[in-house]
Amino acid sequence: MSARSRPGATAWLLAVYVFLYVPILCLIVFSFTAGEITTQFDGFSLRWYGELARDEELIDAVLLSLRVGALAASAAVVVGTAAAFVLARFGRYPGSAAFAGLTTAPMVMPEVVIGLSLVLLFTHPLFAFLGGRGVAAIWAAHTTLCTAYVTVLVQSRLREMDRSLEEAALDLGCPPFKVFFVITVPVIAPALVAGWLLAFTLSMDDFVLAAMLSDPGSTTLPVLVFARLHHGLKPEINALATVIVAVVSLAVVVANRALLSAQRKRAAALRHAAGISPMDAPAVTLPNTHIRR
Amino acid sequence: MKPPRFVLARGRFWVGLLPWAWMLLFFALPFALIVKVSLSTPELAIPPYVPPFVMEPGAVLPQLRPDLASYRRLHDELLALGTSGADLQYLSAWGSSLLLAALTTLLCLLIGYPFAYHIARSREAARNTLLMLVMLPFWTSFLLRVYAWMVLLDSSELGLINRLLLAAGLVDAPLQLLYNSGAVLLGMVYSYLPFMVLPLYANLVKLDQRLLEAAADLGARPGTTFLRVTLPLSRRGIVAGSMLVFIPAVGEFVIPDLLGGGDVLMIGRKIWDDFGPNQDWPMAAAVAVTIVLVLIAPIVLLHRHGRTDGRSSGRNAEAGQ
Repeated sequence: MSARSRPGATAWLLAVYVFLYVPILCLIVFSFTAGEITTQFDGFSLRWYGELARDEELIDAVLLSLRVGALAASAAVVVGTAAAFVLARFGRYPGSAAFAGLTTAPMVMPEVVIGLSLVLLFTHPLFAFLGGRGVAAIWAAHTTLCTAYVTVLVQSRLREMDRSLEEAALDLGCPPFKVFFVITVPVIAPALVAGWLLAFTLSMDDFVLAAMLSDPGSTTLPVLVFARLHHGLKPEINALATVIVAVVSLAVVVANRALLSAQRKRAAALRHAAGISPMDAPAVTLPNTHIRR
Repeated sequence: MKPPRFVLARGRFWVGLLPWAWMLLFFALPFALIVKVSLSTPELAIPPYVPPFVMEPGAVLPQLRPDLASYRRLHDELLALGTSGADLQYLSAWGSSLLLAALTTLLCLLIGYPFAYHIARSREAARNTLLMLVMLPFWTSFLLRVYAWMVLLDSSELGLINRLLLAAGLVDAPLQLLYNSGAVLLGMVYSYLPFMVLPLYANLVKLDQRLLEAAADLGARPGTTFLRVTLPLSRRGIVAGSMLVFIPAVGEFVIPDLLGGGDVLMIGRKIWDDFGPNQDWPMAAAVAVTIVLVLIAPIVLLHRHGRTDGRSSGRNAEAGQ
């Protein structure tokens, strides 16, 4: 059946990929124009890349976005991993259902609503100690949004992983915190890396939260780009888009390779561990249990 | 042997404290503030509203004196529905938001379902690359992808599509492609398509081929097999993908602002305007409350399907190991 529908399938796949990529390719092509018009190719030139490199306002915005993105992603991995641990390991306790809803809700709330709610928090007189609107507010907003995504990623990894490794370490008398850092973290590391990267791109890309929570001193890249889009189209934006597409493509390819090889290594290590543990486990556990009693 | 129960319990408290405190402070509490501000009175101040609490002389606790003006405004528009010449800006913004979100979801499903199906049926080695190609635009800047459509659809003779049409002699004058609901719909389908494709793919790739073969062996034609086997089995993916598109599409602000011009008012944009230029925070908060109320049903639907799906995929992964 699949062989018969092949030509149609290929045509459909091709058509959708054309739809997805033609706009991006147009941006890239016209970033190399020498003229002022975004849709007319007046000869090849790197003029707009030069303009981009000299645009200090834009470079400042990029640096701020990178900083907020890295800080928000790191915080989201910490908070999200703790949340995922609570969800995957603590079972049911009073409020557990509420917690599950609370951690994933930012993913399904329109950003305008989250943004408005956080503006109300940061401008509230009682919460003046949070510092009002500004970079810290944007960081907190991005951390909250990204935590939801990290939680989902890490939680599914925690549920998949082989619990017997953790239990063995606990049986051998390893304190829970050490078990977490020595056993659990290396096993879930690919999910932590993937979560960090996802959080970083979400933060770099967010316009709505950053715009609502920014003050004059905190213009992130999307906020600046949005303002410029209202002042007319210039090939400089095309050059910026081309740089972003190039960096992201490279990063995605590298990250994908690294994750795949890490997964293979982990699978091999687990196979190796599984091969020896059934024989060794009882011999090791019994005397130890005896001593602890 | 595991550490004593009380050690675990104390450890659990400290592990749970950080995410609980964070989500309460930065998500639950701000939501309560939205409800509070929606009951407040707008005023020229910083922040621009008077809280709905009044301290009576001699009372221990402040009294709640809600100002329902913002909700009354929405309610009055609802009552004025059908009256000619009535000012229905919020209601019509809601209407166009729901309509555009529904159309976006439908188009994403119609484009995305065959697309995800064919990716799931392609060679195993190719699937990873095909999926990554779907994700790649999603990882690049959202604003710049919308900007790309501004360039393509530009309504002057400089717009890329208009230039092609003029050069081909298909039209005499540039078409008005940008700044209408069609442009907004196009931009939304373009931006949200990956949200539809990924859950559908995750669902369709697990489809048991033997069921299709069994149906074929029993004499079902491909169309019948699709309608009676594939489609019902992928229901969860359809619901999850549709909700992942519909929910953010309802509150979308950037795409209607950049591609819709002044004509396409959506509810996310009304919040933005009331929050920004109009400085009517209570009204913005009241509209936000209505958005949350309207979206509760789709969110619950997504939660139920997403969760069961996650559990079953976890079970499959375990079985596969």
